[in-house]
Amino acid sequence: MFGYIVRRILMTIPVMLVVAVVVFLLLHLSPGDPAAIIAGDNATDEDIQRIRVSLGFDRPLLTQFTLWIGALVQGDLGVSVFNKVSVWELIVQRMEPTLMLAATTMGFAVLIAVPVGVLAAWKAGSWIDHLIMGIAVLAFSAPVFLIGYGLVYQFARVWRILPVQGYTPMAQDFTGFWQHLVLPAITLGLVFAALLARMTRSTMMDVLNEDYIRTARAKGLAPSAVLIRHALKNAAVPIVTTIGLGIALLIGGVVVTESVFAIPGIGRLTIEAVTQRDYPVIQGVILIASFVYVLINLGIDLTYALLDPRIRY
Amino acid sequence: MAISRFLRPILLALSVLTAEQAVAADKVLKAVVHADLKILDPTWTTIYITNRFSYLIYDTLFSFNSKFEPQPQMVERYTVSDDKMVYTFTLRPGLTFHDGQPVTAADCVASLKRWMARIASGQNLAKFTAGLDVVDASSFRLTLKEPYGMVIESLGNPGTAFIMPERAAGLPLTEQILTSVGSGPFVMQRDQWRPGNKAIFTANRAYKPRPEKADYLSGGKIPRLDRLEWLYIPDANTTLSALMTGEIDYFEAPPLDFIRLLKDLPDVTVLNIDRLGVQGLIRPNSSQPPFNNYKARQALLYLIDQAEFMEAVVGDKSLYMEFCGAFFLCNSANETDVGSGPMRKPDIAKAKALLKEGGYNGEKMVLLQPTDRPQYAAAMTVLAAQLRKAGVNVDMQAADWSTISVRRAKKDPVEKGGWHLFITTHGGPDPTVPPTNSWFGSRCEASNAGWACDDQLEKLVDGWSRELDPARRRGLIEQVQTRAYESLPYVPFGQFFQPIAFRKKVTGVLESGVPVYWNIDKN
Repeated sequence: MFGYIVRRILMTIPVMLVVAVVVFLLLHLSPGDPAAIIAGDNATDEDIQRIRVSLGFDRPLLTQFTLWIGALVQGDLGVSVFNKVSVWELIVQRMEPTLMLAATTMGFAVLIAVPVGVLAAWKAGSWIDHLIMGIAVLAFSAPVFLIGYGLVYQFARVWRILPVQGYTPMAQDFTGFWQHLVLPAITLGLVFAALLARMTRSTMMDVLNEDYIRTARAKGLAPSAVLIRHALKNAAVPIVTTIGLGIALLIGGVVVTESVFAIPGIGRLTIEAVTQRDYPVIQGVILIASFVYVLINLGIDLTYALLDPRIRY
Repeated sequence: MAISRFLRPILLALSVLTAEQAVAADKVLKAVVHADLKILDPTWTTIYITNRFSYLIYDTLFSFNSKFEPQPQMVERYTVSDDKMVYTFTLRPGLTFHDGQPVTAADCVASLKRWMARIASGQNLAKFTAGLDVVDASSFRLTLKEPYGMVIESLGNPGTAFIMPERAAGLPLTEQILTSVGSGPFVMQRDQWRPGNKAIFTANRAYKPRPEKADYLSGGKIPRLDRLEWLYIPDANTTLSALMTGEIDYFEAPPLDFIRLLKDLPDVTVLNIDRLGVQGLIRPNSSQPPFNNYKARQALLYLIDQAEFMEAVVGDKSLYMEFCGAFFLCNSANETDVGSGPMRKPDIAKAKALLKEGGYNGEKMVLLQPTDRPQYAAAMTVLAAQLRKAGVNVDMQAADWSTISVRRAKKDPVEKGGWHLFITTHGGPDPTVPPTNSWFGSRCEASNAGWACDDQLEKLVDGWSRELDPARRRGLIEQVQTRAYESLPYVPFGQFFQPIAFRKKVTGVLESGVPVYWNIDKN
């Protein structure tokens, strides 16, 4: 197992290298110029050129790439071309809100979706099943921003019981932290909960039709024991896969949710860097994100072994 | 409803807990600003947010009052020699930087030299400057090569000479200033700055305001707030909700289509603090056919119906002027509508004829439309429709602003990535004065993108700048504008206003053109 983990982590190096090359080329070959944005709308060509030179963007692409990759192998992601703050520092500043939002969202989604999906499978064909699946379809189809604005309207503007926007670190104010996360987590989590509930239902239905479930029932086991100990455990591998894929899905959703709720997370950092062509920040964020993806996949693969004794690495 | 009955007590209890924890004795203003503060060096960029930041932490030698007259600010007194060639300035006593160091003449000289190298108003003054020298710790001298009528105006211009410590201002011009130590009414809390999220300022208790009442950007800058939080919320709907619930106090640039709604809110004040507003302009590429021919540029005048443009760009009639024919903005000291006759009523046939005279023969005309600037995109849509009516083969090319910023710098023909027309805006006192109106400059290759080129216009502007007599200047401005309507470095398509909105408990907001935060109090 340990050897497998080390091999998988070492495999991230070529993956990251490919990501680095592709991201660098895509950014530098696509139109847009941070120097023009830094200089401002009323700047002259001369001003823009001066800034371009000071940022080193007048150098040949190969030179720029060599310098960047040289710094990268030393763990230096560079500095933002706008505020000159280190990319690491910017990412660290934004990491906590995003991780907290993602974790709360996942927790919310899993806690809601798995029991509801199991219930729908158990009551397949009944009105309960139809109701759950109807709500799931609705939640899955509604755009994230629509859910967000709707929740803000009702909970913040009409009832005035939750804040509209912002983020408070847990260490600073525990209550404020939860108050600020409730609406974003529900907004982002509803889509994922709907997906997960449907996935759980269909996987559970397959398992519930297996012979060993019939045997368990025939033995006189309680329905809860049949469902949880026999059915859910055997349905867990595809559910865990969906949760893993859902984390990837979350990254996209985070961008919208962080914008709607003004949460200063990685999603907003990425969007702002892209619109402003802040190359070092975009490159840094994508590299870190790809590394996180690799780790998530590794985590999922390892979980398989925990859930299914037939799987060994 | 049942859910609300269940949730409400729990969540209200949580709210009370948090509110109690958050209560502070300080007066805190939470302001959502129009852009994220990214660059702290006002000599590095023309971005408005950096200029507004600079007004918080730096002070200026002179500042404009509400009549656009420069008034001494850091300067206690100044003298001008009889031949108008030597200006000697003496600083007010007791001025200190945020780190406790005194503000000296050496700091002023270094700051002015940097400004003269970088910023348009400073560059103009630099052309007339023979020397800038320290006299003693609190006095410095500006010696001119020849009399220049804009010395004090330049020093007080809002695109201005902010006074920094010499150690910052003296950095090589190729280096961006990354420090934020000034002598202004607010102190930036650097350790709390979170780019992309917030910037925090506290009152500079050591600041010595002038005794006069605050007036526009001049007079006593009294920091009445203890703490100012500049928040960046990219989503306008979220900002609106936060203002309605009282989570924020001040919304610096609400979208214009929110204004009617905001005016109806009982707890919110909507105020236009800038009577100059914003001028929209169509920039032709004067280096490429057909707009390298002035007749083709003049054709644009006959396509403009400013009310129609403003309806598309702004919508709310209370927020724009029906017509403004002044290149140097209406409500400004240099307002005149001389020469604007052709723009008063569209005449498609005349436009068509002028395009033909200008050498246009149905070739593709490339219009750059930014997708992420709704006002520019709306104006461009109106312009495209008018051009099509005049038989122009319009090729509207849409891209984000960043891409267009690069594209518009291309001087090539359209076949090689060039362009014909784009839209932009400018505002504040800079465009009210010929030499600092950056899109008015007609210095060919040295002009802004579009490369307007007219020696005669440049000579008239130069003559205006040298003129010391205000009455004669007034006559000269009419000559400048008359020539501008022949040459057309750009076509003004309207003037509109961007109000701010704030909670009623916020008082003392100044009609200062630029949003400033001194004098503001919160009950």
